[in-house]
Amino acid sequence: MPRAASDAKLLIQSLNKAYAATPTNLKIIDLYVICAVATAVIQVAYMGLVGSFPFNSFLSGVLSCIGTAVLAVCLRIQVNKDNKEFKDLPPERAFADFVLCNLVLHLVIMNFLG
Amino acid sequence: MVTTALDFLPAPLRSLRLKTKQQELLLRVSALALIYVLAFAVRLFSVLRYESMIHEFDPYFNYRTTLFLSENGFSEFWNWFDSESWYPLGRVVGGTLFPGLMVTAALLHRLLRALSLAVHIREVCVLTAPFFAANTTLVAYAFGREIWDSGAGLVAAALIAIVPGYISRSVAGSYDNEGVAIFALLLTFYLFVRAVNTGSLAWALASAFGYFYMVSAWGGYVFIINLVPLYVLVLLVTGRYSQRLYVAYNCMYVLGMLLAMQIRFVGFQHVQSGEHMAAMGVFFLLQVFFFLDWVKYLLNDARLFKSFLRITLTCVITVGALALGIGTASGYISPWTGRFYSLLDPTYAKDHIPIIASVSEHQPTAWSSFMFDFHILLFLFPAGLYFCFKRLSDATIFIVMYGLTSMYFAGVMVRLILVAAPAVCLISAIAASATIKNLTTLIRTKSKSPQATSGKTTGSKAAAKGAVDQSLPFQHNAAIALLLGAFYLLSRYAIHCTWVTSEAYSSPSIVLAARGHNGGRVIFDDYREAYYWLRQNTPPDAKIMSWWDYGYQITAMGNRTVIVDNNTWNNTHIATVGRAMSSYEDEAYEIMQSLDVNYVLVVFGGVTGYSSDDINKFLWMVRIGGGVFPVIKEPDYLVNGEYRVDKGAAPKMLNCLMYKLCYYRFGELTTEYGKPPGYDRVRGVEIGNKDIKLEYLEEAFTTSNWIVRIYKVKPPKNRS
Repeated sequence: MPRAASDAKLLIQSLNKAYAATPTNLKIIDLYVICAVATAVIQVAYMGLVGSFPFNSFLSGVLSCIGTAVLAVCLRIQVNKDNKEFKDLPPERAFADFVLCNLVLHLVIMNFLG
Repeated sequence: MVTTALDFLPAPLRSLRLKTKQQELLLRVSALALIYVLAFAVRLFSVLRYESMIHEFDPYFNYRTTLFLSENGFSEFWNWFDSESWYPLGRVVGGTLFPGLMVTAALLHRLLRALSLAVHIREVCVLTAPFFAANTTLVAYAFGREIWDSGAGLVAAALIAIVPGYISRSVAGSYDNEGVAIFALLLTFYLFVRAVNTGSLAWALASAFGYFYMVSAWGGYVFIINLVPLYVLVLLVTGRYSQRLYVAYNCMYVLGMLLAMQIRFVGFQHVQSGEHMAAMGVFFLLQVFFFLDWVKYLLNDARLFKSFLRITLTCVITVGALALGIGTASGYISPWTGRFYSLLDPTYAKDHIPIIASVSEHQPTAWSSFMFDFHILLFLFPAGLYFCFKRLSDATIFIVMYGLTSMYFAGVMVRLILVAAPAVCLISAIAASATIKNLTTLIRTKSKSPQATSGKTTGSKAAAKGAVDQSLPFQHNAAIALLLGAFYLLSRYAIHCTWVTSEAYSSPSIVLAARGHNGGRVIFDDYREAYYWLRQNTPPDAKIMSWWDYGYQITAMGNRTVIVDNNTWNNTHIATVGRAMSSYEDEAYEIMQSLDVNYVLVVFGGVTGYSSDDINKFLWMVRIGGGVFPVIKEPDYLVNGEYRVDKGAAPKMLNCLMYKLCYYRFGELTTEYGKPPGYDRVRGVEIGNKDIKLEYLEEAFTTSNWIVRIYKVKPPKNRS
């Protein structure tokens, strides 16, 4: 047991150290993603308490958060300079795609909210 | 031509190169344009043979709803409660159909009107399927180019333009969901593969829209929502995971799911039904995978990562299993539907759901129909698979998986040959294109080799190839022979397809054609005659009882209320009709009174030899009726397990309502020279009950060839 605990401690330490080297713009995106996921979790917890009666409203709430988070992760992948797969994709194009997808996402959400 | 020009003009080589490129482009565009026109034109046989009319059963419902949509606008259509079908229940049409086809046709109609082309909506409906089939060729070209090269794309476009498996559902007049849906299906797949190849959010968004169109058009979208996750899973397992895949799948899934929920008929199924859970599971799996990948990249230490992996994996698996277990146990996630089961297990429908098994297009496929619908593609398909495996990439893996899964489903159900057709065409096109390309390069290098020895311009590469050539002496001739063989096969394919289209798939099945004694064509237009009679001679609120096959046609052409129709959403209601048809007249009269039936319509082929009539469908009525009402027992209608209508038939059979209505007054009629009166030409027997008296019904109308017979239900007798 103490070995596992020390392992976990070591793990967290090295993760923290490695994460500190991440560029600031990526960190901002990470924060945004965490925020969105946290909102989704809160909504699910609230649904557990109150019930999911207007199901479309609940779904659109949660899906808007999940969708935002996923799209932000995609953006993060695409603008990451260390990423070899997306060398050809300029960050401006990636951001334009991101905005477009978010626009569609939230227009549909608004229609679905009821 | 080009090679000889190159020989004589070595100096302006560069500009000539450009010119060949331009020539190639010109050739490609004109070939595509011709294919586009061909795909449209080959589907017009039915219009030429018969007339511009809607075919078969379901298209009549689509036509009726399109008419309603174009007359009353989208809002009325979306909220339409139809009281003319499923009397007395009615049907919420707006919420129980896939609106894609109707909206497309109505938009096309409006567009043509805006261009001041005064066409009737019927013409638009008739030509919708050929138009979309033509568009499919363009998508097939783009898809082929994406997975192989532009040559394969061109061949794929040409193959798919005339493949009988696709034509069977998209001739002019077959105004059904599939006509549009195959276009949407292929478009979604193409855009998704494109998104995986580029890793671009914009393409993923486009494929989400393609998926939305597919969902709005056809229930077959379930294939997409299961194939795509399966593909992702296969890539994960084989270690081909990439971040492009992550971007493509997640964006497509989230947006596609949200868009699909806007269709009322689909609604919340994406988060509630078991058929859609695979996609959601893969979505979460991909998140976990991405997270682990990211942590691995951050840690950069194998031992630490291993312990991390152990902790997270156990957590995730426990949570996932718990969620699935609770969801299924609490009934939140609905179990798989019967149609889905019958896809996985071909014998399921036969034992459990007679209403699915009774439809002929749900039967397992025979080998001959594979050959009939695919012809040489059946041989090219495995060859194409070989080429795909030789040059494995994300895109070829996708097409291989699409091909294999859809081939399996095509074997389970006849109608799903349609879904397999694009995949088979694409894979076969890869085989055809790659083979022909190899052969032509062989021939061309051979013809170049003499000048390689004479001049220095062509360089050492051709000389090296020439040296290779010498090791195989008959290569040149063999290549020419093989090339000729390939062209022969392809031309046979074209001939076969045209023949099949004109002979087998262009019949509207509402107007029947047969050969007369002197070889001339005889047209039986009895259906339309009967429906027109209903429209003209019955009160507008009359309720017609018939077997469900004819429901859509009666409401669309006869404009009268029906008890059941092809929607088959309420099995009990259909079973009630089946029970009425298979009971004695007095019992049937009670059922008909309780349903307010005014007229009964039966289809009878004994005079003309039209075999898909109600007597041949009768056993299904008994089975479906007996499935709900145990008073109806199938053995009562059989003699020693045999289905007969002659003198040896079961007494219940000879006196049930369906028998009486079909054979009423038939005993007086001589149908064939040299045979006794009352000779049934479909069953090939003399009927067993020639003296039929009707007590509660009276004959109202019988069409000129006796195919449709309509009876009036008498009002109740006065109390005495």
